[in-house]
Amino acid sequence: MSKKFWETLPQGSVVLEAGSSAKFKTGAWRSMRPKWTEENCIQCMFCWIYCPDMAVKVTAEGKRENFDYDYCKGCGICALECPGKKGKKAIVMEEEGK
Amino acid sequence: MTTKPLKLKELAKGEERFMHGHRMCAGCGAPIIVKQVLMATDYPIIASNATGCLEVSTCIQQYTAWKIPWIHSAFENAAATISGVEAMYKSLVKQGKIEDKQVKFIAFGGDGGTYDIGFQSLSGAMERGHDMMYICYDNGAYMNTGIQRSSATPFGANTTTCPAGDVIPGKPQQRKDLSRIMAAHGIPYVAQASPAHWMDLMKKVQKAFEIKGPKFMNIISPCNRGWRTRTDDAIMLSKLAVDTCYWPLYEIENGVTKITVKPKEKKPLADFLKPQGRFKHMFAPGNEWMLKQAQEYVDAQWERLLREDASGKDEAGEKV
Repeated sequence: MSKKFWETLPQGSVVLEAGSSAKFKTGAWRSMRPKWTEENCIQCMFCWIYCPDMAVKVTAEGKRENFDYDYCKGCGICALECPGKKGKKAIVMEEEGK
Repeated sequence: MTTKPLKLKELAKGEERFMHGHRMCAGCGAPIIVKQVLMATDYPIIASNATGCLEVSTCIQQYTAWKIPWIHSAFENAAATISGVEAMYKSLVKQGKIEDKQVKFIAFGGDGGTYDIGFQSLSGAMERGHDMMYICYDNGAYMNTGIQRSSATPFGANTTTCPAGDVIPGKPQQRKDLSRIMAAHGIPYVAQASPAHWMDLMKKVQKAFEIKGPKFMNIISPCNRGWRTRTDDAIMLSKLAVDTCYWPLYEIENGVTKITVKPKEKKPLADFLKPQGRFKHMFAPGNEWMLKQAQEYVDAQWERLLREDASGKDEAGEKV
Protein backbone atom coordinates (compact mmCIF):
# COMPACT_ATOMS: atom_id res chain seq x y z
CA MET A 1 0.00 0.00 0.00
CA SER A 2 1.50 3.32 -1.03
CA LYS A 3 2.05 5.99 1.56
CA LYS A 4 -0.70 8.57 1.71
CA PHE A 5 -0.61 12.06 3.11
CA TRP A 6 -3.33 13.99 4.83
CA GLU A 7 -4.62 15.64 1.64
CA THR A 8 -5.29 12.28 0.01
CA LEU A 9 -6.61 10.35 3.01
CA PRO A 10 -10.38 9.90 3.29
CA GLN A 11 -11.96 12.29 5.76
CA GLY A 12 -12.96 11.21 9.23
CA SER A 13 -10.47 8.32 9.39
CA VAL A 14 -12.73 6.17 7.26
CA VAL A 15 -11.24 3.02 5.77
CA LEU A 16 -12.91 2.44 2.42
CA GLU A 17 -11.56 -1.02 1.65
CA ALA A 18 -12.95 -3.88 3.76
CA GLY A 19 -10.43 -6.45 4.96
CA SER A 20 -7.46 -4.41 3.77
CA SER A 21 -5.33 -5.70 6.64
CA ALA A 22 -4.57 -8.66 4.37
CA LYS A 23 -2.09 -6.33 2.68
CA PHE A 24 -0.14 -6.12 5.92
CA LYS A 25 1.89 -9.29 6.36
CA THR A 26 2.60 -10.32 9.92
CA GLY A 27 4.66 -13.43 9.13
CA ALA A 28 7.90 -11.64 9.98
CA TRP A 29 6.87 -11.54 13.65
CA ARG A 30 7.44 -15.27 13.91
CA SER A 31 10.34 -16.82 15.81
CA MET A 32 8.88 -20.34 15.91
CA ARG A 33 7.49 -21.98 12.79
CA PRO A 34 4.71 -24.58 12.72
CA LYS A 35 5.45 -27.56 10.52
CA TRP A 36 2.54 -29.56 9.14
CA THR A 37 2.87 -33.25 8.26
CA GLU A 38 -0.03 -34.34 6.09
CA GLU A 39 0.28 -38.09 6.92
CA ASN A 40 -0.45 -37.41 10.60
CA CYS A 41 -3.32 -35.02 9.91
CA ILE A 42 -6.86 -36.29 10.62
CA GLN A 43 -8.47 -33.12 9.18
CA CYS A 44 -10.13 -32.27 12.49
CA MET A 45 -9.75 -28.55 11.67
CA PHE A 46 -8.99 -27.63 15.29
CA CYS A 47 -5.94 -25.67 14.10
CA TRP A 48 -8.19 -23.75 11.77
CA ILE A 49 -10.88 -22.84 14.32
CA TYR A 50 -8.33 -21.93 17.01
CA CYS A 51 -5.87 -19.95 14.85
CA PRO A 52 -5.92 -16.30 15.97
CA ASP A 53 -4.38 -15.17 12.68
CA MET A 54 -6.51 -17.00 10.12
CA ALA A 55 -3.26 -18.50 8.84
CA VAL A 56 -4.48 -22.02 8.05
CA LYS A 57 -5.35 -22.37 4.38
CA VAL A 58 -8.44 -24.35 3.45
CA THR A 59 -9.46 -25.51 -0.04
CA ALA A 60 -12.89 -24.83 -1.51
CA GLU A 61 -13.85 -28.40 -0.52
CA GLY A 62 -13.06 -27.64 3.11
CA LYS A 63 -9.80 -29.59 3.20
CA ARG A 64 -6.90 -28.34 5.23
CA GLU A 65 -3.84 -27.17 3.32
CA ASN A 66 -0.49 -25.91 4.54
CA PHE A 67 -0.02 -22.81 6.67
CA ASP A 68 -0.14 -19.32 5.28
CA TYR A 69 3.30 -18.23 6.44
CA ASP A 70 2.64 -14.66 5.31
CA TYR A 71 0.40 -14.20 8.34
CA CYS A 72 1.31 -16.92 10.89
CA LYS A 73 2.82 -15.26 13.97
CA GLY A 74 4.10 -18.57 15.32
CA CYS A 75 2.13 -18.60 18.58
CA GLY A 76 1.95 -22.41 18.62
CA ILE A 77 -1.72 -22.82 19.63
CA CYS A 78 -2.26 -25.15 16.65
CA ALA A 79 0.64 -27.40 17.67
CA LEU A 80 -0.59 -27.62 21.27
CA GLU A 81 -4.19 -28.38 20.28
CA CYS A 82 -3.34 -30.79 17.42
CA PRO A 83 -4.61 -34.28 18.36
CA GLY A 84 -2.51 -35.97 15.63
CA LYS A 85 -2.78 -39.55 14.54
CA LYS A 86 -1.64 -42.55 16.65
CA GLY A 87 0.24 -40.35 19.08
CA LYS A 88 2.05 -38.48 16.33
CA LYS A 89 1.23 -34.78 16.05
CA ALA A 90 0.56 -33.36 12.61
CA ILE A 91 1.84 -29.95 13.70
CA VAL A 92 5.14 -29.36 15.51
CA MET A 93 6.92 -26.10 16.23
CA GLU A 94 10.41 -25.57 14.89
CA GLU A 95 12.77 -22.70 15.36
CA GLU A 96 12.50 -20.23 12.49
CA GLY A 97 15.42 -20.11 10.06
CA LYS A 98 16.80 -23.55 10.87
CA MET B 1 -33.19 -17.37 8.16
CA THR B 2 -32.17 -20.89 9.08
CA THR B 3 -29.26 -21.30 11.44
CA LYS B 4 -26.29 -22.82 9.73
CA PRO B 5 -24.92 -26.22 10.80
CA LEU B 6 -21.96 -26.06 13.13
CA LYS B 7 -19.54 -28.48 11.52
CA LEU B 8 -15.95 -27.35 11.22
CA LYS B 9 -15.55 -28.79 7.73
CA GLU B 10 -18.62 -26.92 6.52
CA LEU B 11 -17.72 -23.71 8.32
CA ALA B 12 -14.22 -23.79 6.83
CA LYS B 13 -15.71 -23.49 3.33
CA GLY B 14 -17.35 -20.19 4.23
CA GLU B 15 -15.96 -16.74 3.79
CA GLU B 16 -14.03 -15.18 6.66
CA ARG B 17 -15.44 -11.89 7.91
CA PHE B 18 -12.44 -11.16 10.09
CA MET B 19 -9.19 -11.05 8.14
CA HIS B 20 -5.60 -11.96 8.79
CA GLY B 21 -3.04 -9.21 8.91
CA HIS B 22 -4.45 -7.68 12.10
CA ARG B 23 -1.86 -6.77 14.71
CA MET B 24 -3.04 -8.52 17.84
CA CYS B 25 -0.20 -10.26 19.72
CA ALA B 26 0.74 -13.81 18.75
CA GLY B 27 -1.50 -16.23 20.62
CA CYS B 28 -4.15 -13.67 21.65
CA GLY B 29 -7.60 -14.97 22.55
CA ALA B 30 -9.63 -12.03 21.23
CA PRO B 31 -9.28 -12.63 17.46
CA ILE B 32 -10.28 -16.27 18.01
CA ILE B 33 -13.45 -15.07 19.72
CA VAL B 34 -14.28 -12.50 17.04
CA LYS B 35 -13.79 -14.97 14.22
CA GLN B 36 -15.96 -17.58 15.93
CA VAL B 37 -18.72 -15.05 16.62
CA LEU B 38 -18.80 -13.74 13.05
CA MET B 39 -18.59 -17.26 11.64
CA ALA B 40 -21.58 -18.52 13.61
CA THR B 41 -24.09 -16.68 11.47
CA ASP B 42 -24.82 -15.60 7.91
CA TYR B 43 -26.79 -12.53 8.95
CA PRO B 44 -25.33 -9.21 7.85
CA ILE B 45 -23.60 -7.71 10.89
CA ILE B 46 -22.70 -4.18 11.89
CA ALA B 47 -20.29 -3.82 14.79
CA SER B 48 -19.06 -1.10 17.06
CA ASN B 49 -15.96 -1.43 19.15
CA ALA B 50 -14.90 0.03 22.46
CA THR B 51 -11.33 1.26 22.68
CA GLY B 52 -9.05 -1.59 23.59
CA CYS B 53 -6.58 -4.09 22.18
CA LEU B 54 -9.10 -5.35 19.64
CA GLU B 55 -9.91 -1.89 18.39
CA VAL B 56 -6.39 -0.48 18.14
CA SER B 57 -4.87 -3.50 16.46
CA THR B 58 -7.60 -4.37 13.98
CA CYS B 59 -8.06 -0.92 12.54
CA ILE B 60 -4.90 1.02 11.91
CA GLN B 61 -5.22 3.82 9.35
CA GLN B 62 -5.77 2.34 5.86
CA TYR B 63 -5.80 -1.20 7.22
CA THR B 64 -8.88 -2.84 8.64
CA ALA B 65 -9.27 -6.51 9.50
CA TRP B 66 -13.06 -6.23 9.41
CA LYS B 67 -15.11 -7.20 6.41
CA ILE B 68 -18.27 -5.87 8.02
CA PRO B 69 -19.28 -2.24 8.65
CA TRP B 70 -17.46 -1.31 11.82
CA ILE B 71 -17.30 1.84 13.90
CA HIS B 72 -15.23 3.05 16.79
CA SER B 73 -15.80 6.38 18.45
CA ALA B 74 -14.57 6.37 22.04
CA PHE B 75 -13.73 4.15 24.98
CA GLU B 76 -16.90 4.49 26.99
CA ASN B 77 -19.62 4.42 24.38
CA ALA B 78 -19.49 1.24 22.27
CA ALA B 79 -22.99 0.31 23.46
CA ALA B 80 -24.37 3.83 22.96
CA THR B 81 -22.84 4.01 19.48
CA ILE B 82 -24.34 0.73 18.31
CA SER B 83 -27.71 1.56 19.85
CA GLY B 84 -27.70 4.76 17.79
CA VAL B 85 -26.83 2.80 14.67
CA GLU B 86 -29.60 0.33 15.42
CA ALA B 87 -32.18 3.08 16.04
CA MET B 88 -31.21 4.82 12.78
CA TYR B 89 -31.46 1.58 10.85
CA LYS B 90 -34.92 0.91 12.24
CA SER B 91 -36.00 4.43 11.40
CA LEU B 92 -34.72 4.25 7.81
CA VAL B 93 -36.49 0.94 7.29
CA LYS B 94 -39.71 2.41 8.67
CA GLN B 95 -39.40 5.41 6.38
CA GLY B 96 -38.95 3.04 3.45
CA LYS B 97 -35.58 4.51 2.56
CA ILE B 98 -33.75 1.20 2.87
CA GLU B 99 -34.80 -2.41 2.58
CA ASP B 100 -34.81 -4.51 5.77
CA LYS B 101 -32.04 -7.06 5.35
CA GLN B 102 -32.32 -8.38 8.91
CA VAL B 103 -29.09 -6.74 9.93
CA LYS B 104 -27.76 -7.71 13.36
CA PHE B 105 -25.87 -5.33 15.62
CA ILE B 106 -22.93 -6.20 17.83
CA ALA B 107 -20.78 -4.14 20.16
CA PHE B 108 -17.40 -5.60 21.05
CA GLY B 109 -15.56 -4.45 24.13
CA GLY B 110 -12.77 -5.61 26.36
CA ASP B 111 -13.29 -5.92 30.09
CA GLY B 112 -12.01 -2.39 30.71
CA GLY B 113 -14.42 -0.93 28.16
CA THR B 114 -17.27 -3.06 29.49
CA TYR B 115 -16.92 -3.61 33.25
CA ASP B 116 -15.58 -0.14 34.03
CA ILE B 117 -15.43 2.64 31.47
CA GLY B 118 -18.30 1.60 29.20
CA PHE B 119 -20.51 0.28 31.96
CA GLN B 120 -22.87 3.23 32.10
CA SER B 121 -23.56 3.30 28.36
CA LEU B 122 -23.91 -0.50 28.34
CA SER B 123 -26.41 -0.41 31.19
CA GLY B 124 -28.35 2.33 29.42
CA ALA B 125 -28.48 0.48 26.11
CA MET B 126 -29.70 -2.68 27.87
CA GLU B 127 -32.37 -0.74 29.72
CA ARG B 128 -33.61 0.97 26.55
CA GLY B 129 -34.08 -2.45 25.00
CA HIS B 130 -32.24 -2.01 21.71
CA ASP B 131 -32.12 -5.03 19.45
CA MET B 132 -28.39 -5.55 19.82
CA MET B 133 -25.80 -7.85 21.27
CA TYR B 134 -22.91 -6.79 23.46
CA ILE B 135 -19.90 -9.08 23.48
CA CYS B 136 -17.27 -8.62 26.12
CA TYR B 137 -13.94 -10.40 25.66
CA ASP B 138 -12.70 -10.58 29.21
CA ASN B 139 -8.94 -10.82 29.62
CA GLY B 140 -9.08 -9.51 33.15
CA ALA B 141 -7.12 -6.22 33.00
CA TYR B 142 -6.31 -3.21 30.84
CA MET B 143 -3.84 -5.19 28.71
CA ASN B 144 -3.64 -2.61 25.92
CA THR B 145 -2.06 0.04 28.11
CA GLY B 146 0.20 -2.26 30.11
CA ILE B 147 -1.75 -4.55 32.45
CA GLN B 148 -3.53 -2.22 34.87
CA ARG B 149 -6.16 -3.78 37.14
CA SER B 150 -9.80 -3.58 36.13
CA SER B 151 -12.89 -4.69 38.01
CA ALA B 152 -12.68 -7.93 36.01
CA THR B 153 -9.23 -8.76 37.38
CA PRO B 154 -9.48 -11.85 39.58
CA PHE B 155 -8.50 -11.91 43.25
CA GLY B 156 -4.76 -12.12 43.85
CA ALA B 157 -3.64 -11.28 40.31
CA ASN B 158 -0.43 -9.30 40.00
CA THR B 159 -0.90 -6.26 37.77
CA THR B 160 1.06 -3.03 37.41
CA THR B 161 -1.47 -1.10 39.52
CA CYS B 162 -1.90 -3.80 42.18
CA PRO B 163 1.57 -5.32 42.22
CA ALA B 164 2.15 -8.27 44.52
CA GLY B 165 4.73 -7.31 47.13
CA ASP B 166 5.15 -6.48 50.79
CA VAL B 167 2.18 -4.13 50.96
CA ILE B 168 -0.54 -6.01 49.07
CA PRO B 169 -0.58 -9.60 47.77
CA GLY B 170 -1.85 -8.71 44.28
CA LYS B 171 -5.42 -7.55 43.75
CA PRO B 172 -7.12 -7.58 47.17
CA GLN B 173 -10.70 -7.65 45.83
CA GLN B 174 -12.72 -10.31 44.06
CA ARG B 175 -13.80 -9.68 40.49
CA LYS B 176 -17.11 -8.10 39.61
CA ASP B 177 -19.62 -10.60 38.27
CA LEU B 178 -20.79 -8.64 35.26
CA SER B 179 -22.78 -11.46 33.66
CA ARG B 180 -25.08 -11.50 36.68
CA ILE B 181 -25.32 -7.71 36.74
CA MET B 182 -26.46 -7.85 33.13
CA ALA B 183 -28.98 -10.57 33.96
CA ALA B 184 -30.31 -8.30 36.70
CA HIS B 185 -31.26 -5.81 33.95
CA GLY B 186 -33.95 -8.31 33.04
CA ILE B 187 -32.74 -8.64 29.45
CA PRO B 188 -33.82 -11.70 27.46
CA TYR B 189 -30.42 -13.33 27.04
CA VAL B 190 -27.15 -13.41 28.97
CA ALA B 191 -24.44 -16.02 28.44
CA GLN B 192 -20.87 -16.85 29.33
CA ALA B 193 -18.70 -18.63 26.78
CA SER B 194 -15.15 -19.72 26.10
CA PRO B 195 -13.30 -19.91 22.75
CA ALA B 196 -12.08 -23.43 23.60
CA HIS B 197 -15.70 -24.63 23.53
CA TRP B 198 -16.29 -23.24 20.05
CA MET B 199 -19.48 -25.20 19.46
CA ASP B 200 -21.05 -23.93 22.68
CA LEU B 201 -19.96 -20.36 21.85
CA MET B 202 -21.38 -20.44 18.34
CA LYS B 203 -24.65 -22.04 19.47
CA LYS B 204 -25.09 -19.21 21.96
CA VAL B 205 -24.40 -16.60 19.28
CA GLN B 206 -26.92 -18.25 16.95
CA LYS B 207 -29.51 -18.44 19.70
CA ALA B 208 -28.93 -14.82 20.69
CA PHE B 209 -29.43 -13.59 17.12
CA GLU B 210 -32.87 -15.20 16.98
CA ILE B 211 -33.94 -13.30 20.10
CA LYS B 212 -35.24 -9.78 19.77
CA GLY B 213 -33.96 -7.28 22.30
CA PRO B 214 -30.69 -6.67 24.12
CA LYS B 215 -28.32 -9.59 24.58
CA PHE B 216 -25.09 -9.83 26.50
CA MET B 217 -22.27 -12.35 26.16
CA ASN B 218 -19.18 -12.52 28.33
CA ILE B 219 -16.33 -14.52 26.80
CA ILE B 220 -13.04 -15.37 28.49
CA SER B 221 -10.05 -14.27 26.45
CA PRO B 222 -6.59 -15.41 27.57
CA CYS B 223 -3.84 -12.82 27.22
CA ASN B 224 -0.35 -14.24 27.33
CA ARG B 225 1.26 -10.84 27.94
CA GLY B 226 -0.90 -9.94 30.90
CA TRP B 227 -1.41 -13.41 32.33
CA ARG B 228 2.30 -14.08 32.03
CA THR B 229 1.91 -17.35 30.19
CA ARG B 230 3.27 -18.96 27.06
CA THR B 231 2.00 -17.87 23.65
CA ASP B 232 0.55 -21.28 22.80
CA ASP B 233 -1.78 -21.89 25.72
CA ALA B 234 -4.76 -19.58 25.13
CA ILE B 235 -7.08 -22.46 24.30
CA MET B 236 -5.66 -24.75 26.99
CA LEU B 237 -6.23 -22.03 29.63
CA SER B 238 -9.74 -21.20 28.51
CA LYS B 239 -10.50 -24.93 28.73
CA LEU B 240 -8.98 -25.07 32.23
CA ALA B 241 -11.02 -22.02 33.27
CA VAL B 242 -14.16 -23.98 32.44
CA ASP B 243 -12.96 -27.26 34.00
CA THR B 244 -12.05 -25.54 37.27
CA CYS B 245 -15.41 -23.70 37.28
CA TYR B 246 -13.58 -20.37 37.38
CA TRP B 247 -15.45 -19.52 34.18
CA PRO B 248 -18.65 -21.59 34.13
CA LEU B 249 -20.43 -21.82 30.79
CA TYR B 250 -24.06 -20.93 31.33
CA GLU B 251 -26.87 -18.92 29.88
CA ILE B 252 -29.74 -17.03 31.46
CA GLU B 253 -32.67 -16.90 29.09
CA ASN B 254 -35.64 -14.85 30.30
CA GLY B 255 -34.54 -15.35 33.89
CA VAL B 256 -34.04 -19.11 33.60
CA THR B 257 -30.49 -20.24 34.31
CA LYS B 258 -29.01 -23.19 32.48
CA ILE B 259 -25.47 -24.54 32.69
CA THR B 260 -24.54 -25.48 29.13
CA VAL B 261 -21.26 -27.30 29.77
CA LYS B 262 -20.72 -29.13 33.04
CA PRO B 263 -17.12 -30.25 33.52
CA LYS B 264 -16.87 -34.04 33.85
CA GLU B 265 -14.63 -33.61 36.85
CA LYS B 266 -14.27 -30.30 38.68
CA LYS B 267 -10.56 -29.58 38.83
CA PRO B 268 -8.92 -27.60 41.64
CA LEU B 269 -8.60 -23.89 40.86
CA ALA B 270 -4.81 -24.15 41.29
CA ASP B 271 -4.67 -26.02 37.95
CA PHE B 272 -5.86 -22.84 36.25
CA LEU B 273 -3.75 -20.44 38.33
CA LYS B 274 -0.47 -22.38 38.28
CA PRO B 275 0.50 -21.85 34.61
CA GLN B 276 -0.03 -18.09 34.95
CA GLY B 277 2.82 -15.89 36.12
CA ARG B 278 0.39 -13.29 37.49
CA PHE B 279 -0.54 -15.76 40.28
CA LYS B 280 3.01 -16.96 40.99
CA HIS B 281 3.14 -15.37 44.44
CA MET B 282 0.02 -17.28 45.48
CA PHE B 283 2.07 -20.48 45.42
CA ALA B 284 4.82 -19.04 47.64
CA PRO B 285 5.06 -20.31 51.23
CA GLY B 286 2.89 -18.24 53.57
CA ASN B 287 0.31 -17.42 50.90
CA GLU B 288 -1.73 -20.62 51.17
CA TRP B 289 -4.63 -18.55 52.48
CA MET B 290 -4.89 -16.82 49.12
CA LEU B 291 -5.36 -20.04 47.21
CA LYS B 292 -7.89 -21.14 49.81
CA GLN B 293 -9.83 -17.89 49.58
CA ALA B 294 -9.85 -17.93 45.76
CA GLN B 295 -11.01 -21.55 45.76
CA GLU B 296 -13.77 -20.86 48.29
CA TYR B 297 -15.08 -17.99 46.17
CA VAL B 298 -15.17 -20.12 43.03
CA ASP B 299 -16.83 -22.99 44.93
CA ALA B 300 -19.52 -20.72 46.36
CA GLN B 301 -20.28 -19.24 42.93
CA TRP B 302 -20.43 -22.70 41.36
CA GLU B 303 -22.72 -24.06 44.11
CA ARG B 304 -25.05 -21.14 43.59
CA LEU B 305 -25.07 -21.73 39.85
CA LEU B 306 -25.84 -25.43 40.35
CA ARG B 307 -28.75 -24.54 42.62
CA GLU B 308 -30.08 -22.06 40.07
CA ASP B 309 -29.64 -24.57 37.29
CA ALA B 310 -31.62 -27.14 39.29
CA SER B 311 -34.42 -24.77 40.30
CA GLY B 312 -34.39 -22.67 37.14
CA LYS B 313 -34.56 -19.64 39.39
CA ASP B 314 -32.26 -16.65 39.71
CA GLU B 315 -31.07 -16.15 43.29
CA ALA B 316 -30.43 -12.46 42.73
CA GLY B 317 -30.08 -10.63 46.00
CA GLU B 318 -29.88 -13.79 48.06
CA LYS B 319 -26.72 -14.37 50.01
CA VAL B 320 -24.32 -16.85 48.44
